Amino acid sequence: MFFALIESFRSALASIYAHGLRSFLTTLGIVIGVASVIAVVSVTQGMSSFIGDVFADLGSNSLTIQSYTPFEDQMKGIRARLTPEDMELIEKRAEGVASITPILFANRSSQIKYGSQTAFSRIMGTTYAYQNVAQSYMSVGRFIAESDNNTRRRVAVIGDKVRENLSLAENPINEYVDIGGEWFKIVGLLEPKGEIMGMNQDDIVLIPYNTMRSLQGNQARTDIQIQLSLSETAVAEDVTQQLSTLLRNAHDLDSDEDDDFQIQTAEQLMETFDTVINMVTIVIGGIVSISLLVGGIGIMNIMLVSVTERTREIGICKAIGAKRHHILLQFLIEALLLSLLGGMIGLAIGYGLGTLISSSIPSFPPASIPLWSVALALGFSGFVGVLFGILPAAKAANLDPIDALRYE
Amino acid sequence: MALIELSGITKYYEMGNQVVKALDGIDIEVFKNDYLAFIGSSGSGKSTMLNILGCLDKPTSGQYHLNNKNVENLNPNELSEIRNLEIGFIFQSFNLLPRATALGNVMQPLVYRSIGFRKRKQMAMDSLQRVGLGDRTDHLPNQLSGGQRQRVAIARALVTHPSILLADEPTGNLDSQTTIEIMQLFDELHAEGHTLIVVTHEDEIAQHCQRIVELKDGRVFNDSTTKSAKVSC
Repeated sequence: MFFALIESFRSALASIYAHGLRSFLTTLGIVIGVASVIAVVSVTQGMSSFIGDVFADLGSNSLTIQSYTPFEDQMKGIRARLTPEDMELIEKRAEGVASITPILFANRSSQIKYGSQTAFSRIMGTTYAYQNVAQSYMSVGRFIAESDNNTRRRVAVIGDKVRENLSLAENPINEYVDIGGEWFKIVGLLEPKGEIMGMNQDDIVLIPYNTMRSLQGNQARTDIQIQLSLSETAVAEDVTQQLSTLLRNAHDLDSDEDDDFQIQTAEQLMETFDTVINMVTIVIGGIVSISLLVGGIGIMNIMLVSVTERTREIGICKAIGAKRHHILLQFLIEALLLSLLGGMIGLAIGYGLGTLISSSIPSFPPASIPLWSVALALGFSGFVGVLFGILPAAKAANLDPIDALRYE
Repeated sequence: MALIELSGITKYYEMGNQVVKALDGIDIEVFKNDYLAFIGSSGSGKSTMLNILGCLDKPTSGQYHLNNKNVENLNPNELSEIRNLEIGFIFQSFNLLPRATALGNVMQPLVYRSIGFRKRKQMAMDSLQRVGLGDRTDHLPNQLSGGQRQRVAIARALVTHPSILLADEPTGNLDSQTTIEIMQLFDELHAEGHTLIVVTHEDEIAQHCQRIVELKDGRVFNDSTTKSAKVSC
């Protein structure tokens, strides 16, 4: 059997080579099908790994907790709050937390002025721990220090976009800006992070948390956001569970009441994006595999023609002793080789196409081909070859030697 | 013991509602190293006879023993094996594989015997040399003359060392000079001990043979041993 297999390969290759152009045209359907699958997969997978990187930059092991009031309760005037006491509680009791920082958003004007320039930005009061949690690094100057917070110093760290909007110098350290009617000294400039989904990560002003609280006056009703980063060994789900229990107890929630806070992980966001991208891959892949099917039918067609054309040869082979499986294998392997060859050519073209697409669109992530898609493309084209090769091969193998010999 | 033993062989074809009796009760024995010709006019059943002898076709009824083996109950694969082991075919239209070289054509029957490439090539070379084509091994059939093609076909039939050589109008497509050469080759093969069965309608060809069987309407009309065969073959 093994011997017959090798001989079949030999004669199949000879036959494909003998009809070079026809073989190529036959496999074109498979080539195009595989090429488009690979191109689509390589582009979307490139995008997916790019987004993964972005979220890793964001601090993929960070959690954000914020208060959550259902719309119905808002109508009744009830406001859920996260308080500094909540944060203290988490700091003391929760395990697996590496660093934790409160964030207090400006509740009044978020207007910033420098000289004659005015800009609007996201102004947040936070602590030195923010740097670890958000994986922010300094371009120039320093970050907010512990002492800044303790003494409610009026200092600010700004993002690159803010510097640009206010027409500040490349090095804006020691300049004074007007935030909500108060003067702040700029002590640091953050490294640019770019945009994620249309949100500019550099349009941001950070001031000490306590400074923000004092600016806001009414400290009894503060509603803060808590950001924390997990220690390396901690499991996000376990920590989330733990935080949820802590906060529910602290807020005196009964077991039938809903959470009045939300815990979000960067991973959750990333998973959402991944799901979307995978859906796109699957849908387009599905559409494209129809073309593989059509390619397979093309191969079957040509193989049937080839069987008819070589009827006499088949008769000769049978007369000199070819058994059924010799003929069957010969044609089956020819079909298999044809479609595998097409698959491999398609793979190369698809990769080239994917690379071309991603490199011709600026700021687009580079294409990447996962191994599974290579295996899938080749496996599928091989499957198509066998599937659509069986019918012609069986037809050839079942020919009657006398009829085949008489065939003109 | 006879090499081939036919008893009561019939072959009927149905053509519409008519039954055509291609062979109608044939009893014949062929012995080792026989040199036999089937002659007869067209429609006498020569070709059907050859197909049945060559295990390409099955008789409607009757017994066929080849080398003491009853061929009657064999399936297509077993018939293929018999053809490969016991029979060497030589056709009127040569029936070479067009895309294979002379050597490739001669090697082909050995492929079905699972003989390795080197051994196959050696055997095929020997066989081609035997028919005088040792220098033409890499030519494709369409690069060879009719006589050379038939020699390749004979080499292909010989390479398997079959019990019988079956030739169907072997010189039908050849000119008179080549015909003489091919028949000389047949005579030599007979002298070497091969068993040859030739189907022909030409008397000159039949005269080379020891024994002439004339078929008429599917029956043996005349079965004679000629004197020339004993002398010159």
